[in-house]
Amino acid sequence: MLLPLLWMLSTSLKTPENIFTFPPKLLPIPLNWQNYLDVWEAVPFARFYLNTVIVAVSVTAGQVATSSLAAYAFARLEFPGRDKVFFAYLATLMIPGAVTMIPVFILLRMIGWLNTYKALILPGMFSAYGTFLLRQFFLGIPTDIEDAARIDGCSAFGIYKNIILPLSKPALATLTIFTFLGAWRDFMWPLIVIDSPQKKTLTIGLAMFQGLHSTDWGLLMAASFLVMIPLILVFLFNQRFFIEGIKLAGLKA
Amino acid sequence: MLLYNKRLRQTLTGYAFLAPNIIGFLTFTFLPVLASLGISFTDWDLIHPPHWVGLKNFERLLWFTIEQGKLIFNDPNFWKYFYNTVFLMGGIPFGIFGSLMLAMALNKTGKIHISLRTIYFLPSMCVPVAIFLVWRWIYDPDVGLFNWILSFLGIKGPNWLSSTFWAKPAIVLTGLWVGIGGYNMILYLAGLQEIPRQFYEAAEIDGANAWQRFRYITWPMLAPTTFFIVIMSLIAGFQGGFEAAYMMTRGGPAGSTITLTYYIYNNIIWLKMGYAAAIAWVLFVLIFTVTLFSWRYGGRKIHYVM
Repeated sequence: MLLPLLWMLSTSLKTPENIFTFPPKLLPIPLNWQNYLDVWEAVPFARFYLNTVIVAVSVTAGQVATSSLAAYAFARLEFPGRDKVFFAYLATLMIPGAVTMIPVFILLRMIGWLNTYKALILPGMFSAYGTFLLRQFFLGIPTDIEDAARIDGCSAFGIYKNIILPLSKPALATLTIFTFLGAWRDFMWPLIVIDSPQKKTLTIGLAMFQGLHSTDWGLLMAASFLVMIPLILVFLFNQRFFIEGIKLAGLKA
Repeated sequence: MLLYNKRLRQTLTGYAFLAPNIIGFLTFTFLPVLASLGISFTDWDLIHPPHWVGLKNFERLLWFTIEQGKLIFNDPNFWKYFYNTVFLMGGIPFGIFGSLMLAMALNKTGKIHISLRTIYFLPSMCVPVAIFLVWRWIYDPDVGLFNWILSFLGIKGPNWLSSTFWAKPAIVLTGLWVGIGGYNMILYLAGLQEIPRQFYEAAEIDGANAWQRFRYITWPMLAPTTFFIVIMSLIAGFQGGFEAAYMMTRGGPAGSTITLTYYIYNNIIWLKMGYAAAIAWVLFVLIFTVTLFSWRYGGRKIHYVM
Protein backbone atom coordinates (compact mmCIF):
# COMPACT_ATOMS: atom_id res chain seq x y z
CA MET A 1 0.00 0.00 0.00
CA LEU A 2 2.80 2.39 0.83
CA LEU A 3 4.88 1.25 -2.11
CA PRO A 4 3.88 3.99 -4.59
CA LEU A 5 4.58 6.70 -2.02
CA LEU A 6 7.93 5.16 -1.09
CA TRP A 7 8.71 4.77 -4.77
CA MET A 8 8.10 8.49 -5.23
CA LEU A 9 10.48 9.27 -2.37
CA SER A 10 13.07 6.77 -3.54
CA THR A 11 13.07 8.02 -7.14
CA SER A 12 13.39 11.61 -5.97
CA LEU A 13 16.56 10.72 -4.05
CA LYS A 14 18.31 8.79 -6.83
CA THR A 15 21.18 9.87 -8.99
CA PRO A 16 20.19 10.24 -12.67
CA GLU A 17 22.07 7.02 -13.62
CA ASN A 18 20.11 5.03 -11.05
CA ILE A 19 16.67 6.08 -12.24
CA PHE A 20 16.49 4.37 -15.62
CA THR A 21 17.74 0.95 -14.67
CA PHE A 22 16.12 -2.40 -15.16
CA PRO A 23 15.45 -4.12 -12.89
CA PRO A 24 14.60 -0.99 -10.88
CA LYS A 25 16.73 -0.26 -7.83
CA LEU A 26 14.44 -0.04 -4.84
CA LEU A 27 16.73 1.97 -2.63
CA PRO A 28 18.33 5.28 -3.57
CA ILE A 29 21.97 4.37 -3.05
CA PRO A 30 23.96 6.59 -3.27
CA LEU A 31 21.65 9.22 -1.82
CA ASN A 32 21.31 12.28 -3.96
CA TRP A 33 19.66 15.43 -2.62
CA GLN A 34 20.30 17.39 -5.78
CA ASN A 35 16.73 17.08 -7.09
CA TYR A 36 15.38 18.81 -4.01
CA LEU A 37 17.71 21.71 -4.68
CA ASP A 38 17.13 21.85 -8.42
CA VAL A 39 13.32 21.93 -8.12
CA TRP A 40 13.40 25.50 -6.84
CA GLU A 41 15.50 26.58 -9.83
CA ALA A 42 13.76 24.66 -12.62
CA VAL A 43 10.41 26.43 -12.16
CA PRO A 44 9.27 29.18 -9.74
CA PHE A 45 8.39 26.54 -7.18
CA ALA A 46 8.70 28.84 -4.17
CA ARG A 47 6.26 31.16 -5.88
CA PHE A 48 3.79 28.27 -6.38
CA TYR A 49 4.08 27.47 -2.70
CA LEU A 50 3.40 31.03 -1.67
CA ASN A 51 0.43 31.29 -4.07
CA THR A 52 -1.08 28.06 -2.79
CA VAL A 53 -0.76 29.12 0.83
CA ILE A 54 -2.31 32.52 0.11
CA VAL A 55 -5.20 30.98 -1.82
CA ALA A 56 -5.88 28.08 0.55
CA VAL A 57 -5.79 30.25 3.67
CA SER A 58 -8.01 32.97 2.16
CA VAL A 59 -10.54 30.52 0.77
CA THR A 60 -10.73 28.66 4.08
CA ALA A 61 -11.06 31.78 6.23
CA GLY A 62 -13.66 33.22 3.86
CA GLN A 63 -15.70 30.07 3.66
CA VAL A 64 -15.76 29.43 7.40
CA ALA A 65 -16.80 33.03 8.06
CA THR A 66 -19.53 33.32 5.40
CA SER A 67 -20.87 29.80 5.97
CA SER A 68 -21.11 30.12 9.75
CA LEU A 69 -22.88 33.49 9.55
CA ALA A 70 -25.43 32.18 7.06
CA ALA A 71 -25.81 28.88 8.90
CA TYR A 72 -26.64 30.76 12.09
CA ALA A 73 -29.33 32.75 10.29
CA PHE A 74 -30.81 29.56 8.80
CA ALA A 75 -30.68 27.63 12.07
CA ARG A 76 -31.70 30.22 14.62
CA LEU A 77 -33.14 33.46 13.27
CA GLU A 78 -36.70 33.86 12.09
CA PHE A 79 -37.34 36.10 9.16
CA PRO A 80 -39.54 36.07 6.06
CA GLY A 81 -38.20 34.08 3.11
CA ARG A 82 -35.72 32.10 5.22
CA ASP A 83 -36.91 28.66 4.20
CA LYS A 84 -37.25 29.62 0.55
CA VAL A 85 -33.66 30.89 0.46
CA PHE A 86 -32.46 27.77 2.25
CA PHE A 87 -34.25 25.60 -0.25
CA ALA A 88 -32.47 27.43 -3.07
CA TYR A 89 -29.16 26.59 -1.36
CA LEU A 90 -30.11 22.93 -1.01
CA ALA A 91 -31.23 22.72 -4.63
CA THR A 92 -27.76 23.69 -5.85
CA LEU A 93 -25.92 21.03 -3.85
CA MET A 94 -26.21 18.41 -6.56
CA ILE A 95 -25.21 20.64 -9.45
CA PRO A 96 -21.80 19.67 -10.92
CA GLY A 97 -19.06 22.26 -10.62
CA ALA A 98 -18.72 22.29 -14.39
CA VAL A 99 -22.16 23.90 -14.78
CA THR A 100 -21.28 27.03 -12.80
CA MET A 101 -17.65 27.06 -13.87
CA ILE A 102 -18.42 28.23 -17.42
CA PRO A 103 -20.35 31.47 -16.67
CA VAL A 104 -17.97 32.34 -13.82
CA PHE A 105 -15.01 31.91 -16.17
CA ILE A 106 -16.71 34.15 -18.75
CA LEU A 107 -17.51 36.76 -16.08
CA LEU A 108 -13.94 36.83 -14.76
CA ARG A 109 -12.59 37.04 -18.29
CA MET A 110 -14.85 39.97 -19.13
CA ILE A 111 -13.84 42.02 -16.10
CA GLY A 112 -10.18 41.16 -16.68
CA TRP A 113 -9.70 39.07 -13.56
CA LEU A 114 -8.09 36.03 -15.18
CA ASN A 115 -4.57 35.44 -13.84
CA THR A 116 -5.36 37.09 -10.51
CA TYR A 117 -5.62 35.85 -6.95
CA LYS A 118 -9.19 37.13 -6.99
CA ALA A 119 -10.10 34.53 -9.62
CA LEU A 120 -8.65 31.78 -7.42
CA ILE A 121 -10.04 33.00 -4.11
CA LEU A 122 -13.41 34.72 -4.52
CA PRO A 123 -15.47 31.88 -6.07
CA GLY A 124 -14.17 29.50 -3.40
CA MET A 125 -15.15 31.67 -0.44
CA PHE A 126 -18.81 30.72 -0.50
CA SER A 127 -20.17 27.25 -0.15
CA ALA A 128 -23.71 25.96 -0.01
CA TYR A 129 -22.37 22.68 1.33
CA GLY A 130 -20.45 24.36 4.16
CA THR A 131 -23.52 26.37 5.09
CA PHE A 132 -25.62 23.22 5.11
CA LEU A 133 -23.10 21.29 7.23
CA LEU A 134 -22.86 24.04 9.86
CA ARG A 135 -26.62 24.61 9.92
CA GLN A 136 -27.21 20.96 10.73
CA PHE A 137 -24.69 21.18 13.55
CA PHE A 138 -26.11 24.44 14.95
CA LEU A 139 -29.60 22.90 15.01
CA GLY A 140 -28.28 20.26 17.39
CA ILE A 141 -27.12 22.81 19.98
CA PRO A 142 -29.63 23.24 22.84
CA THR A 143 -31.28 26.67 22.85
CA ASP A 144 -31.39 27.17 26.64
CA ILE A 145 -28.11 29.09 26.90
CA GLU A 146 -29.11 31.37 24.05
CA ASP A 147 -32.49 32.09 25.63
CA ALA A 148 -30.77 33.06 28.86
CA ALA A 149 -28.31 35.26 26.98
CA ARG A 150 -31.11 36.91 25.04
CA ILE A 151 -33.01 37.74 28.24
CA ASP A 152 -29.80 39.31 29.50
CA GLY A 153 -29.86 41.54 26.42
CA CYS A 154 -27.30 39.78 24.23
CA SER A 155 -27.58 40.67 20.52
CA ALA A 156 -27.92 38.10 17.75
CA PHE A 157 -24.31 38.66 16.75
CA GLY A 158 -23.22 38.35 20.37
CA ILE A 159 -24.96 34.98 20.64
CA TYR A 160 -23.38 33.84 17.37
CA LYS A 161 -19.91 34.89 18.44
CA ASN A 162 -19.92 34.03 22.14
CA ILE A 163 -22.17 30.98 22.30
CA ILE A 164 -22.67 29.26 18.95
CA LEU A 165 -19.12 29.44 17.57
CA PRO A 166 -17.37 28.20 20.75
CA LEU A 167 -19.84 25.30 21.00
CA SER A 168 -19.31 24.34 17.35
CA LYS A 169 -15.58 23.69 17.32
CA PRO A 170 -15.85 20.15 15.88
CA ALA A 171 -18.00 21.29 12.97
CA LEU A 172 -15.84 24.36 12.33
CA ALA A 173 -12.71 22.19 12.42
CA THR A 174 -14.28 19.81 9.90
CA LEU A 175 -15.18 22.60 7.51
CA THR A 176 -11.73 24.17 7.93
CA ILE A 177 -9.95 20.90 7.17
CA PHE A 178 -11.98 20.00 4.12
CA THR A 179 -11.98 23.49 2.66
CA PHE A 180 -8.23 23.78 3.11
CA LEU A 181 -7.63 20.34 1.60
CA GLY A 182 -9.92 21.15 -1.31
CA ALA A 183 -8.22 24.46 -2.00
CA TRP A 184 -4.72 22.97 -1.77
CA ARG A 185 -5.57 20.19 -4.22
CA ASP A 186 -7.80 22.15 -6.57
CA PHE A 187 -6.72 21.58 -10.13
CA MET A 188 -9.26 22.21 -12.87
CA TRP A 189 -10.31 25.69 -11.77
CA PRO A 190 -6.75 27.11 -11.48
CA LEU A 191 -5.91 25.40 -14.76
CA ILE A 192 -8.71 27.32 -16.45
CA VAL A 193 -8.27 30.77 -14.91
CA ILE A 194 -4.48 30.95 -14.47
CA ASP A 195 -1.94 31.08 -17.24
CA SER A 196 0.87 33.20 -15.86
CA PRO A 197 3.57 31.23 -13.97
CA GLN A 198 3.63 34.01 -11.36
CA LYS A 199 0.09 33.13 -10.22
CA LYS A 200 0.21 29.36 -10.55
CA THR A 201 -0.58 27.15 -7.60
CA LEU A 202 1.34 23.97 -6.75
CA THR A 203 -0.99 21.56 -8.56
CA ILE A 204 -0.97 23.35 -11.91
CA GLY A 205 2.66 24.24 -11.35
CA LEU A 206 3.36 20.52 -11.14
CA ALA A 207 1.46 19.92 -14.38
CA MET A 208 3.49 22.66 -16.06
CA PHE A 209 6.65 21.14 -14.62
CA GLN A 210 5.64 17.81 -16.13
CA GLY A 211 5.20 19.47 -19.51
CA LEU A 212 8.68 20.99 -19.34
CA HIS A 213 10.63 18.07 -17.85
CA SER A 214 8.56 15.10 -18.90
CA THR A 215 11.32 12.52 -18.53
CA ASP A 216 13.26 13.94 -15.62
CA TRP A 217 11.62 11.62 -13.12
CA GLY A 218 13.97 12.41 -10.25
CA LEU A 219 13.06 16.07 -10.45
CA LEU A 220 9.34 15.37 -11.01
CA MET A 221 9.13 13.04 -8.03
CA ALA A 222 10.94 15.54 -5.80
CA ALA A 223 8.41 18.18 -6.87
CA SER A 224 5.49 15.80 -6.29
CA PHE A 225 6.77 14.96 -2.85
CA LEU A 226 7.12 18.64 -1.95
CA VAL A 227 3.56 19.33 -3.13
CA MET A 228 2.17 16.66 -0.80
CA ILE A 229 4.35 16.80 2.29
CA PRO A 230 2.56 19.66 4.13
CA LEU A 231 -0.78 17.84 3.88
CA ILE A 232 0.71 14.54 4.98
CA LEU A 233 2.36 16.11 8.02
CA VAL A 234 -0.78 17.98 9.02
CA PHE A 235 -2.74 14.75 8.68
CA LEU A 236 -0.32 12.60 10.67
CA PHE A 237 -0.34 15.02 13.59
CA ASN A 238 -4.08 15.62 13.59
CA GLN A 239 -5.50 12.25 12.58
CA ARG A 240 -8.26 12.28 15.16
CA PHE A 241 -9.67 15.52 13.75
CA PHE A 242 -9.68 14.16 10.23
CA ILE A 243 -11.42 10.92 11.12
CA GLU A 244 -14.04 12.62 13.29
CA GLY A 245 -14.51 15.20 10.55
CA ILE A 246 -15.27 12.58 7.91
CA LYS A 247 -17.80 10.90 10.15
CA LEU A 248 -19.41 14.24 10.93
CA ALA A 249 -19.59 15.31 7.29
CA GLY A 250 -20.78 11.89 6.19
CA LEU A 251 -23.46 11.45 8.80
CA LYS A 252 -24.86 14.95 8.68
CA ALA A 253 -25.10 15.09 4.92
CA MET B 1 -46.57 49.43 15.30
CA LEU B 2 -44.30 47.75 17.79
CA LEU B 3 -45.03 44.41 16.11
CA TYR B 4 -44.20 45.84 12.70
CA ASN B 5 -40.90 47.18 13.96
CA LYS B 6 -40.01 43.86 15.50
CA ARG B 7 -40.69 42.07 12.25
CA LEU B 8 -38.64 44.58 10.29
CA ARG B 9 -35.78 44.24 12.74
CA GLN B 10 -35.86 40.47 12.50
CA THR B 11 -35.82 40.64 8.73
CA LEU B 12 -32.89 43.02 8.71
CA THR B 13 -30.93 40.95 11.21
CA GLY B 14 -31.58 37.75 9.29
CA TYR B 15 -30.46 39.14 5.97
CA ALA B 16 -27.49 40.91 7.53
CA PHE B 17 -26.19 37.50 8.62
CA LEU B 18 -26.94 36.04 5.22
CA ALA B 19 -25.59 38.94 3.19
CA PRO B 20 -21.93 37.95 2.74
CA ASN B 21 -22.87 34.41 1.84
CA ILE B 22 -25.88 35.23 -0.30
CA ILE B 23 -23.93 37.70 -2.45
CA GLY B 24 -21.34 35.02 -3.20
CA PHE B 25 -24.02 32.38 -3.63
CA LEU B 26 -25.88 34.49 -6.17
CA THR B 27 -22.73 35.54 -8.05
CA PHE B 28 -20.90 32.24 -8.16
CA THR B 29 -23.62 29.60 -7.93
CA PHE B 30 -27.22 30.59 -8.41
CA LEU B 31 -27.00 33.04 -11.31
CA PRO B 32 -24.28 31.02 -13.08
CA VAL B 33 -26.58 27.97 -13.07
CA LEU B 34 -29.23 29.98 -14.91
CA ALA B 35 -26.62 31.66 -17.11
CA SER B 36 -25.04 28.37 -18.17
CA LEU B 37 -28.46 27.06 -19.20
CA GLY B 38 -28.89 30.19 -21.31
CA ILE B 39 -25.38 29.86 -22.77
CA SER B 40 -26.07 26.26 -23.75
CA PHE B 41 -28.59 27.58 -26.30
CA THR B 42 -25.99 29.82 -27.95
CA ASP B 43 -22.85 29.46 -30.06
CA TRP B 44 -20.85 31.85 -27.86
CA ASP B 45 -17.09 31.68 -28.55
CA LEU B 46 -16.16 34.83 -26.54
CA ILE B 47 -14.83 36.39 -29.74
CA HIS B 48 -18.04 37.05 -31.63
CA PRO B 49 -21.28 38.09 -29.93
CA PRO B 50 -23.39 35.07 -28.99
CA HIS B 51 -26.20 33.88 -31.26
CA TRP B 52 -29.26 32.01 -30.12
CA VAL B 53 -29.10 28.59 -31.76
CA GLY B 54 -31.97 26.91 -29.95
CA LEU B 55 -31.44 23.22 -29.33
CA LYS B 56 -28.64 22.89 -31.87
CA ASN B 57 -25.92 22.13 -29.30
CA PHE B 58 -28.04 19.42 -27.71
CA GLU B 59 -28.98 18.03 -31.10
CA ARG B 60 -25.33 17.74 -32.05
CA LEU B 61 -24.46 16.26 -28.69
CA LEU B 62 -27.18 13.66 -28.31
CA TRP B 63 -28.81 13.06 -31.69
CA PHE B 64 -27.93 10.81 -34.60
CA THR B 65 -28.79 10.15 -38.21
CA ILE B 66 -29.39 6.84 -39.90
CA GLU B 67 -27.52 6.40 -43.13
CA GLN B 68 -27.88 3.18 -45.09
CA GLY B 69 -29.22 1.45 -42.00
CA LYS B 70 -26.28 2.56 -39.91
CA LEU B 71 -26.54 4.66 -36.80
CA ILE B 72 -24.31 7.72 -37.09
CA PHE B 73 -24.03 9.94 -34.03
CA ASN B 74 -23.73 13.66 -34.66
CA ASP B 75 -20.92 13.79 -32.12
CA PRO B 76 -19.42 10.32 -31.81
CA ASN B 77 -16.78 11.73 -29.44
CA PHE B 78 -19.38 12.54 -26.83
CA TRP B 79 -20.59 8.95 -26.78
CA LYS B 80 -17.06 7.65 -26.71
CA TYR B 81 -16.20 9.85 -23.72
CA PHE B 82 -19.45 8.87 -22.06
CA TYR B 83 -18.42 5.25 -22.46
CA ASN B 84 -14.97 6.06 -21.02
CA THR B 85 -16.59 7.71 -18.01
CA VAL B 86 -18.84 4.72 -17.36
CA PHE B 87 -15.89 2.35 -17.84
CA LEU B 88 -13.90 4.18 -15.19
CA MET B 89 -16.95 4.02 -12.91
CA GLY B 90 -16.75 0.25 -13.24
CA GLY B 91 -14.15 0.47 -10.47
CA ILE B 92 -16.77 1.74 -7.99
CA PRO B 93 -18.23 -1.62 -6.89
CA PHE B 94 -14.73 -3.07 -6.42
CA GLY B 95 -13.75 0.00 -4.42
CA ILE B 96 -16.80 -0.19 -2.16
CA PHE B 97 -16.34 -3.92 -1.64
CA GLY B 98 -12.66 -3.41 -0.85
CA SER B 99 -13.40 -0.60 1.59
CA LEU B 100 -15.93 -2.77 3.41
CA MET B 101 -13.51 -5.72 3.63
CA LEU B 102 -10.75 -3.44 4.91
CA ALA B 103 -13.05 -1.83 7.47
CA MET B 104 -14.09 -5.27 8.77
CA ALA B 105 -10.49 -6.42 8.94
CA LEU B 106 -9.33 -3.28 10.74
CA ASN B 107 -12.29 -2.92 13.10
CA LYS B 108 -10.18 -3.84 16.12
CA THR B 109 -8.48 -1.67 18.68
CA GLY B 110 -4.97 -3.17 18.53
CA LYS B 111 -2.04 -0.87 17.86
CA ILE B 112 -1.27 -2.61 14.60
CA HIS B 113 -4.83 -2.12 13.34
CA ILE B 114 -4.81 1.57 14.16
CA SER B 115 -1.47 2.01 12.34
CA LEU B 116 -2.75 0.06 9.35
CA ARG B 117 -5.80 2.33 9.16
CA THR B 118 -3.47 5.31 8.99
CA ILE B 119 -1.41 3.70 6.24
CA TYR B 120 -4.44 2.77 4.16
CA PHE B 121 -5.90 6.22 4.62
CA LEU B 122 -2.70 8.04 3.70
CA PRO B 123 -3.28 8.14 -0.10
CA SER B 124 -6.55 10.00 0.48
CA MET B 125 -4.61 12.72 2.23
CA CYS B 126 -2.18 13.18 -0.63
CA VAL B 127 -2.55 15.52 -3.57
CA PRO B 128 -4.22 13.69 -6.49
CA VAL B 129 -2.16 15.24 -9.29
CA ALA B 130 1.07 14.22 -7.53
CA ILE B 131 -0.28 10.70 -6.99
CA PHE B 132 -1.20 10.36 -10.65
CA LEU B 133 2.25 11.54 -11.63
CA VAL B 134 3.99 8.83 -9.60
CA TRP B 135 1.62 6.23 -11.05
CA ARG B 136 2.55 7.36 -14.52
CA TRP B 137 6.12 6.61 -13.54
CA ILE B 138 5.11 3.27 -12.01
CA TYR B 139 3.42 2.31 -15.28
CA ASP B 140 6.54 3.08 -17.34
CA PRO B 141 6.76 0.22 -19.84
CA ASP B 142 10.54 -0.26 -19.69
CA VAL B 143 11.74 0.55 -16.20
CA GLY B 144 8.43 0.89 -14.32
CA LEU B 145 7.79 -0.74 -10.99
CA PHE B 146 4.51 -2.33 -12.07
CA ASN B 147 5.81 -4.32 -15.01
CA TRP B 148 8.84 -5.32 -12.96
CA ILE B 149 6.57 -6.81 -10.27
CA LEU B 150 4.47 -8.52 -12.95
CA SER B 151 7.64 -10.04 -14.41
CA PHE B 152 8.00 -12.13 -11.22
CA LEU B 153 4.66 -13.71 -12.07
CA GLY B 154 5.98 -14.42 -15.53
CA ILE B 155 3.79 -11.73 -17.09
CA LYS B 156 5.24 -9.36 -19.61
CA GLY B 157 3.26 -6.22 -18.89
CA PRO B 158 2.02 -4.03 -21.74
CA ASN B 159 2.77 -0.38 -22.31
CA TRP B 160 -0.14 0.47 -20.02
CA LEU B 161 -0.76 4.14 -20.64
CA SER B 162 -0.03 4.05 -24.38
CA SER B 163 -2.53 1.31 -25.10
CA THR B 164 -6.11 2.16 -25.98
CA PHE B 165 -7.06 -1.13 -24.33
CA TRP B 166 -5.04 -0.91 -21.10
CA ALA B 167 -5.02 2.81 -20.29
CA LYS B 168 -8.50 2.81 -18.75
CA PRO B 169 -7.94 -0.27 -16.53
CA ALA B 170 -4.63 1.27 -15.43
CA ILE B 171 -6.44 4.44 -14.32
CA VAL B 172 -9.10 2.36 -12.56
CA LEU B 173 -6.39 0.49 -10.64
CA THR B 174 -4.80 3.76 -9.56
CA GLY B 175 -8.19 5.04 -8.41
CA LEU B 176 -8.73 1.87 -6.38
CA TRP B 177 -5.35 2.27 -4.71
CA VAL B 178 -6.19 5.84 -3.73
CA GLY B 179 -9.75 5.23 -2.64
CA ILE B 180 -9.95 1.83 -1.03
CA GLY B 181 -8.68 2.89 2.40
CA GLY B 182 -10.16 6.37 2.17
CA TYR B 183 -13.36 8.06 3.19
CA ASN B 184 -15.52 5.02 2.50
CA MET B 185 -13.46 2.84 4.80
CA ILE B 186 -13.79 5.44 7.57
CA LEU B 187 -17.55 5.62 7.08
CA TYR B 188 -17.80 1.83 7.17
CA LEU B 189 -15.69 1.70 10.34
CA ALA B 190 -18.04 4.23 11.92
CA GLY B 191 -21.01 2.14 10.78
CA LEU B 192 -19.52 -1.08 12.13
CA GLN B 193 -18.92 0.48 15.53
CA GLU B 194 -22.59 1.37 15.81
CA ILE B 195 -23.80 -2.23 15.45
CA PRO B 196 -24.70 -3.48 18.94
CA ARG B 197 -22.47 -6.31 20.21
CA GLN B 198 -25.51 -8.24 21.45
CA PHE B 199 -26.62 -8.95 17.89
CA TYR B 200 -23.47 -10.94 17.24
CA GLU B 201 -23.58 -12.62 20.66
CA ALA B 202 -27.16 -13.71 20.11
CA ALA B 203 -26.30 -14.96 16.63
CA GLU B 204 -23.37 -16.96 17.95
CA ILE B 205 -25.54 -18.60 20.59
CA ASP B 206 -27.94 -19.54 17.81
CA GLY B 207 -24.97 -21.08 16.00
CA ALA B 208 -24.69 -18.65 13.08
CA ASN B 209 -21.42 -18.95 11.14
CA ALA B 210 -19.26 -16.03 10.00
CA TRP B 211 -20.98 -15.74 6.63
CA GLN B 212 -24.44 -15.80 8.20
CA ARG B 213 -23.43 -13.15 10.71
CA PHE B 214 -22.21 -10.97 7.85
CA ARG B 215 -25.22 -11.66 5.66
CA TYR B 216 -27.92 -11.17 8.30
CA ILE B 217 -26.39 -8.64 10.69
CA THR B 218 -23.44 -6.68 9.30
CA TRP B 219 -24.65 -6.13 5.74
CA PRO B 220 -28.23 -5.04 6.60
CA MET B 221 -27.04 -2.86 9.48
CA LEU B 222 -24.59 -1.12 7.15
CA ALA B 223 -27.21 -0.58 4.44
CA PRO B 224 -27.66 3.16 5.14
CA THR B 225 -23.86 3.63 4.99
CA THR B 226 -23.61 1.65 1.76
CA PHE B 227 -26.48 3.61 0.29
CA PHE B 228 -24.82 6.92 1.12
CA ILE B 229 -21.48 5.70 -0.28
CA VAL B 230 -23.05 4.41 -3.51
CA ILE B 231 -24.86 7.69 -4.18
CA MET B 232 -21.81 9.82 -3.43
CA SER B 233 -19.63 7.54 -5.59
CA LEU B 234 -22.03 7.78 -8.52
CA ILE B 235 -22.21 11.57 -8.28
CA ALA B 236 -18.41 11.81 -8.08
CA GLY B 237 -17.89 9.14 -10.74
CA PHE B 238 -19.85 10.91 -13.46
CA GLN B 239 -17.79 14.04 -12.79
CA GLY B 240 -14.50 12.22 -12.36
CA GLY B 241 -11.46 11.21 -14.32
CA PHE B 242 -10.15 14.60 -15.32
CA GLU B 243 -7.11 14.86 -13.07
CA ALA B 244 -6.04 11.27 -13.58
CA ALA B 245 -6.26 11.51 -17.36
CA TYR B 246 -4.64 14.93 -17.47
CA MET B 247 -1.61 13.84 -15.48
CA MET B 248 -1.23 10.28 -16.76
CA THR B 249 -2.26 10.33 -20.41
CA ARG B 250 -3.43 13.86 -21.34
CA GLY B 251 -6.60 12.08 -22.45
CA GLY B 252 -4.82 9.72 -24.82
CA PRO B 253 -4.11 7.44 -26.48
CA ALA B 254 -6.60 8.45 -29.18
CA GLY B 255 -9.01 9.94 -26.66
CA SER B 256 -9.42 6.64 -24.86
CA THR B 257 -9.19 8.21 -21.40
CA ILE B 258 -11.15 11.43 -22.01
CA THR B 259 -14.13 11.63 -19.67
CA LEU B 260 -17.16 13.94 -19.79
CA THR B 261 -15.55 16.47 -17.45
CA TYR B 262 -12.39 16.40 -19.56
CA TYR B 263 -14.53 17.08 -22.65
CA ILE B 264 -16.10 20.08 -20.92
CA TYR B 265 -12.62 21.33 -20.00
CA ASN B 266 -11.48 20.96 -23.62
CA ASN B 267 -14.45 22.90 -24.93
CA ILE B 268 -13.81 25.68 -22.41
CA ILE B 269 -10.19 25.84 -23.57
CA TRP B 270 -11.35 25.92 -27.22
CA LEU B 271 -13.68 28.77 -26.17
CA LYS B 272 -16.72 26.78 -27.32
CA MET B 273 -18.78 28.06 -24.42
CA GLY B 274 -22.17 27.08 -25.79
CA TYR B 275 -21.16 23.50 -26.40
CA ALA B 276 -19.32 23.25 -23.06
CA ALA B 277 -22.42 24.50 -21.24
CA ALA B 278 -24.58 22.00 -23.12
CA ILE B 279 -22.37 19.08 -22.05
CA ALA B 280 -22.36 20.36 -18.47
CA TRP B 281 -26.15 20.43 -18.44
CA VAL B 282 -26.40 16.95 -19.91
CA LEU B 283 -24.05 15.80 -17.15
CA PHE B 284 -26.22 17.52 -14.55
CA VAL B 285 -29.41 15.90 -15.83
CA LEU B 286 -27.66 12.54 -15.92
CA ILE B 287 -26.49 12.85 -12.29
CA PHE B 288 -29.87 14.14 -11.19
CA THR B 289 -31.72 11.26 -12.82
CA VAL B 290 -29.42 8.57 -11.49
CA THR B 291 -29.52 10.02 -7.97
CA LEU B 292 -33.29 10.35 -8.00
CA PHE B 293 -33.63 6.79 -9.26
CA SER B 294 -31.28 5.41 -6.58
CA TRP B 295 -33.12 7.37 -3.94
CA ARG B 296 -36.49 6.02 -4.95
CA TYR B 297 -35.37 2.48 -5.48
CA GLY B 298 -32.64 2.14 -2.85
CA GLY B 299 -34.31 4.32 -0.25
CA ARG B 300 -37.34 2.05 -0.14
CA LYS B 301 -35.22 -1.06 0.16
CA ILE B 302 -33.33 0.32 3.12
CA HIS B 303 -36.51 1.19 4.88
CA TYR B 304 -37.57 -2.40 4.50
CA VAL B 305 -34.28 -3.69 5.88
CA MET B 306 -34.32 -1.40 8.89
